[in-house]
Amino acid sequence: MSHKIVVPIGPYHPLQEEPEYFRLYTEGENVVDIDIVLGYVHRGIEKLSESKHFDQVPYLVERICGICSNSHPFAYVNAVEDLAKIEVPERALYIRTIIAELERLHSHLLWIGLAGHFIGYNTVWMWAWRYREPVLDMFEMITGNRQHYAMMKVGGVRRDILETDVPLLKKTLDELAPAADMFKGAVMDDPVIHARLKGIGVLTKEQVIEWCVVGPTARASGVDIDVRRDDPYGVYDKIDWNVIVQKEGDVFAKAVVRILEMYESISIIRQCVDKMPKGEIDANVKDVPAGEGIGHVEAPRGECFHYVRSDGTNRPVRHKIRAPSYVNVASNKVACVGGTISDAAITLAAVDPCYCCTERTAVIDRQTDKKILNGWDLVRLSQEKTQRLKK
Amino acid sequence: MSLKINALTKSLWVFHAACSPCNNCDIEILDVLTPRFDAERFGIVLVGSVRHADVLLVTGVPNMKTKDTIKALHAQAPKPCLVVAVGGCACGRVMFRDSYNSPCDLDEIIPVDAYIPGCPPKPEAILAGVIKLINKVKGKE
Amino acid sequence: MTALSEIKDGLGEKIVDCYQHSPKRFYLKIKSKDLKVAADFIFNQLKMRLVTCTGQDTPQGIEILYHFSLDKTGEIFSLRLLLEDKKNPSIETLALLIKGADWIEREMWEMLGINFIGHPNLKRLLLAEEWPKENFPLRHEHEHE
Repeated sequence: MSHKIVVPIGPYHPLQEEPEYFRLYTEGENVVDIDIVLGYVHRGIEKLSESKHFDQVPYLVERICGICSNSHPFAYVNAVEDLAKIEVPERALYIRTIIAELERLHSHLLWIGLAGHFIGYNTVWMWAWRYREPVLDMFEMITGNRQHYAMMKVGGVRRDILETDVPLLKKTLDELAPAADMFKGAVMDDPVIHARLKGIGVLTKEQVIEWCVVGPTARASGVDIDVRRDDPYGVYDKIDWNVIVQKEGDVFAKAVVRILEMYESISIIRQCVDKMPKGEIDANVKDVPAGEGIGHVEAPRGECFHYVRSDGTNRPVRHKIRAPSYVNVASNKVACVGGTISDAAITLAAVDPCYCCTERTAVIDRQTDKKILNGWDLVRLSQEKTQRLKK
Repeated sequence: MSLKINALTKSLWVFHAACSPCNNCDIEILDVLTPRFDAERFGIVLVGSVRHADVLLVTGVPNMKTKDTIKALHAQAPKPCLVVAVGGCACGRVMFRDSYNSPCDLDEIIPVDAYIPGCPPKPEAILAGVIKLINKVKGKE
Repeated sequence: MTALSEIKDGLGEKIVDCYQHSPKRFYLKIKSKDLKVAADFIFNQLKMRLVTCTGQDTPQGIEILYHFSLDKTGEIFSLRLLLEDKKNPSIETLALLIKGADWIEREMWEMLGINFIGHPNLKRLLLAEEWPKENFPLRHEHEHE
């Protein structure tokens, strides 16, 4: 007779950021079903947005997520500019693109680090986060804050990139390229990582389409979508770059997509800095007419979608936000099932969710309610598997 | 200085509890552990279970779902347990004060010993806050 | 042939009104009884991706927008429909047709009180379990304490 055991992951986890709660239904070591419980970070931002005026909303939507804190305001200003048909000065578009790509760099480095930690490869964690610091320094130099950059504004950007900032920005990128080479070697040529990540948490192309998955998670399964190319915003149509697509759909492919995207980001920023024209950075928008607008951008995790409706007053009457993780996390339902418990941690982390968890994990036997494993054990199980494979 | 306080402040084991944050404070807390800031040189270690923790670092605004969880977490921590509110949201809810899903401030649920404001506070500020807290517990000025 | 004319050919009379806001943004108005046929055609025949749905409380009733994205060209088609019965709005579910619609329908159910007929798993997604019933945060009558 099958004996189902529930492994709750979360809501608190020592490493990841947000509280989120997964219930893994397991038989032996295999995951047979998963229940995803959300709502631990629900703050009612869509409703709050209706009480802010159009210039205050970027401040609010920036605080949806600290890692994509440029993508949400970017999608929002795209939506309002679509609504009001605003022409944005070209220099502002270049600056927006530079900030968006710097954000992608720091976000992918962050993910590589955390993914390394999940499989017990802490060296990668420390190195990735060490190389993330110079990127944050660039943000501090350009925008004045390490995170929550407050650059986006309806009709332009708030701060200019000074001529004096450019040499240091270029130097940082030059130093980052060899670091990306190192990660490429550390991840793509490491036999243990191959053994640990290949064939794990596979999302097929059909599943990606069924679940409407976006971003690197979709691109790793051979679905060639990228908002930057499909519906160009900023200056992505004036720049030479490639969309990275892999076919396998497993965790390894997702890691490869993110690492190769870092090279594209570095190249995009370099081109933007060289091509950036002089001029105004703000269109000085006075008011927003009645109507509705849609804006979407390719955030580091996938398509970030904003819908804004105005009735001619200075506040939106409806502001709908769809973050990429909303659809990607839902796809964990198929990615996790069929794998083992020790692979669950990395599979759940592979979509780079604004996810958090694995702490306070307790394996509870349904019949006796007795705790068999405690919180930290899920990560430990995962790390032990890596050790086994190394032998 | 009592033995308990001496033992507590020698090497702080911190537990990081996020109650509906935006991630930034949480990432900066992790950043404090990584090579540039390296909090471990002060004996500060991030632990996986609140039952091992001396300090609870709380970020974000408590919402309807997390307010009970955070209370339960605090109850599970061995006492004396210090609570540090990291970031503007944990200190005073900022703009989420008006949200339908934000019932109360953090310090209405659990006693808070130190507040580190900022959105997000820089890693230096988090370190400085924790060091100030240690000195306060030790009775130093 | 453009995607817009394909939709017009495929759905014919079902499209009540069509409005192009900007080059890549289309809003198509349909009747609520035609939703399933229209969504099936757009998702399965034209291979568009369901981005998300927006539910909103308007003076005329509860309005739902189903945003579909055609990734080849970057166009976004929004199907708009109006549920006039504000007391008891209900509509057929798309979750059986498009798995990605599961969560967003649960969210609209708890935020706006729209009943999705036939949804396999209609339970709370974001709000706490003890949140009072008949209190929908995104309805205009919802009051802050």
